[in-house]
Amino acid sequence: MRLLINKIVLGLSTLSALIGLAFLGWILVTLFIKGLGSFHFTLFLNDLINGGLRNLIIGQFILAGIAAAIGIPLGMVAGIYIQEYGRGKYAEVIRNLSDIMMSAPSIVIGAFVYAIIVVPTGGTSGFAGAIALAIMMLPIVINTTDNMLSLVPRELREAGIALGASKYKVIIDIVIKAAKVGIMTGILLAFARIIGETAPLLFTSETSNYFSLDLTESFPSLTVSIYDLANEPEQSSRDLAWAASFILTVLVLTINLAGRFFTRNKKS
Amino acid sequence: MPVMNIKDFSFTYPGVDHPSLKNINMKIRKNKITALIGPSGCGKSTLLRSMNRIHDLYPGNKYDGIIELLKADTQKMENILDIKKENEFIQLRQRVGMIFQKPTPFPMSIFDNVAYGLKIAGIKDKSELEGRVEKALKDGALWKEVQDRLNKSAMGLSGGQQQRLCIARAVAVKPEVILFDEPTSALDPISTGAIEELLVELKKDVSIAIVTHNMQQASRISDYTAFMYLGDLIEFDKTENIFLNPKEKQTEDYITGRFG
Amino acid sequence: MEKIFRNLSLSSASLVFIILIGIFITLFLASKDAINEFGIGFITNPNWNKEISIEIDAKSSNETIKNSKVNEIEDFNLESDLFSDEDDIMIDDEDDIIIDEDDMLFNEDIKTTFTDYGALVPIVGTILTTLIALIFALPIAMGIAVFLSEIAPKNIAYPIGIAIELLAAIPSIIFGMWGLYYFAPIIADLVGGYQVSLLTAGLVLGVMILPFMAAITRDSMNTTPDVLKESAYAMGATKFEVIKDIIFPYSKVGIIGSIILALGRALGETMAVAFLIGSIFALPTAINSPTISIPVAMANNFGEASGLGESSLFYLALILFVISFTIISIAKLYFLKKAS
Repeated sequence: MRLLINKIVLGLSTLSALIGLAFLGWILVTLFIKGLGSFHFTLFLNDLINGGLRNLIIGQFILAGIAAAIGIPLGMVAGIYIQEYGRGKYAEVIRNLSDIMMSAPSIVIGAFVYAIIVVPTGGTSGFAGAIALAIMMLPIVINTTDNMLSLVPRELREAGIALGASKYKVIIDIVIKAAKVGIMTGILLAFARIIGETAPLLFTSETSNYFSLDLTESFPSLTVSIYDLANEPEQSSRDLAWAASFILTVLVLTINLAGRFFTRNKKS
Repeated sequence: MPVMNIKDFSFTYPGVDHPSLKNINMKIRKNKITALIGPSGCGKSTLLRSMNRIHDLYPGNKYDGIIELLKADTQKMENILDIKKENEFIQLRQRVGMIFQKPTPFPMSIFDNVAYGLKIAGIKDKSELEGRVEKALKDGALWKEVQDRLNKSAMGLSGGQQQRLCIARAVAVKPEVILFDEPTSALDPISTGAIEELLVELKKDVSIAIVTHNMQQASRISDYTAFMYLGDLIEFDKTENIFLNPKEKQTEDYITGRFG
Repeated sequence: MEKIFRNLSLSSASLVFIILIGIFITLFLASKDAINEFGIGFITNPNWNKEISIEIDAKSSNETIKNSKVNEIEDFNLESDLFSDEDDIMIDDEDDIIIDEDDMLFNEDIKTTFTDYGALVPIVGTILTTLIALIFALPIAMGIAVFLSEIAPKNIAYPIGIAIELLAAIPSIIFGMWGLYYFAPIIADLVGGYQVSLLTAGLVLGVMILPFMAAITRDSMNTTPDVLKESAYAMGATKFEVIKDIIFPYSKVGIIGSIILALGRALGETMAVAFLIGSIFALPTAINSPTISIPVAMANNFGEASGLGESSLFYLALILFVISFTIISIAKLYFLKKAS
């Protein structure tokens, strides 16, 4: 009897793992079939207005890139504060708030940026979109930096100080170097996450059918355009949405796997 | 009379070329304490963990030779290395209990900890459970300290108390053999003393094998001692012979503190 | 130099604090009109963008109407200070009050229409989709976590664990599209009703939080010390008994935290739900009828709304922010802290 229950439960949980994998497989296979079916090399050469995705892909990279350029240094320095300088309550409060902010609804961040940037400047802009993504990225980078620095043994810091280096020198030259791989991985995962975001961009950058590098105007976004295209009645628009989704997913998963591969290689 | 008989036993961990134990021959005698001593990495814990096949939780181990366990009702020896079925493993582990280096109280009350083994062995009757838990706690020399807080979490006990609770928990299911894997290495001297006394007391009912890195402990409580080195059993004899009159040079060196 | 660096890092860290407070204050200010207009009753009001006509006796209320109109204008002036771009705000005021000029001039009675906004429908929609997602995902996620931490041998658990984590990394918009075109038709065939509904939205949301929940639950379970498990096995316990009596009780707090955290994520999820919920402001009458959730209401209406409508959307955002902030805080600060 005990053995029977044991078998049943173990069977069920194996089954649920299979279900989980089946969903992953189903989604990926769908993406591959639909996405590759509509995929064509010329998608990279034309803008959306001509039925291509070039402007969208470049636009999404620019948005995420600017967000990273803002979010990574701020997040790292903030993470350094929490782990290296912060003593007592304040650092702990910041650590907790950043932890909570990591799971905050992305649409609310979109609404926030809408209120503080889009409304005062009179319209959606690439700049607003990048800020929204940067706000999303900030707590992830803080969290990674904080965690990775905490793994660096204290003796290493003490050894640096004992050689007469100042604290910030020790942090920059020794501690950060020791935690480099972990922080890089965390940053890659953070980048993979924000490059696939849609909700915070909906009413901050919106999207555009044309190629643009002007951050003060509505800015082309791959994800927002996927949402628009997928809801169009014409089959051709939906096909384009599938192709775009395929590209987006490949991109996100590649960055993700690259991050993991990176850590694994360094460890062994 | 032996309850366990280990014959030509070799053991290899997964992914390793060389066996960690080579041709071990020794016996665990009934109602005696048998100590396994030797420097770190000599294989004493590996041997102990073979005796209830707890190794099998992690796949890929290779056993060679024979480890026999006396079957109480028929008085016949059975090879425990033949065991393959899950229910046989369960029976084996109910007959051969084990105490670990660090106390391992389960995340439940003191009472439930001791009753746990009884419950999974199928005892449901409440008064019988209560009786046996009390008996086991008395056997574990813990009853007086915990009798009025049986329903409190076991996590609140001190380290020494937790270890005696684990012993009581093992004793409750009335095993034939209990394996102790350095049971006092995480404890203070007073708790260690209490546990040593307890072990000597317990051997009236069970046979005991104990791994220890503490030679004094082995000489204080054990009846037989096995000295192991680098996966070999160097010498196995009565404790007084090992400590006073070792036959092997290596044993003598170790006992006198020349290495290890 | 030391000092500069130190202060730089302090101000970056404080940025988190400033942003969070900033979000709260901004949302509060932006929703002030709606809060003044509807108060706390907003939460229980099932109307959205519904014009209600009010008939008022002219003689007794001419004065008040005039007054209130003046007030409105003042309000808008205030607002255009805040939101300087809305020069066209006066044209939009029809959203709020339409005063029929003919009536005003020639009739005894004055007819005004008033646009009513309430949050009940999106709140109910949000809670129900999250609940469905949770009911669907919870048992499977637990199963996966048990499989990964206890059943599968290491060389299988590792790649499957990565696969599950990759599933968590797929952008939510992909889940939405896949859900709408491939998953929902099957569910609609099985259950009947629309393809876009509470049920399909909830299930796709469930698929989406599944890997996240499984991964963090597994991490909690993995904190159980091996020696504790071994000592239960050493007493003759079966694997299931070890899981039930040792691992679950040991990692209970962490597991509950993981579930609540997944719940907090599900509440705020926009894109996966946007494709599937139907986006109509109506209380669902059945599990397979369409409705709307707070994030989706925001996603679909923000661009077009203005005046009181926009303010009401900010009010919704404020509600969502407060709810998810509370839930995530409970999960992170109480359960997950305690677990570690």
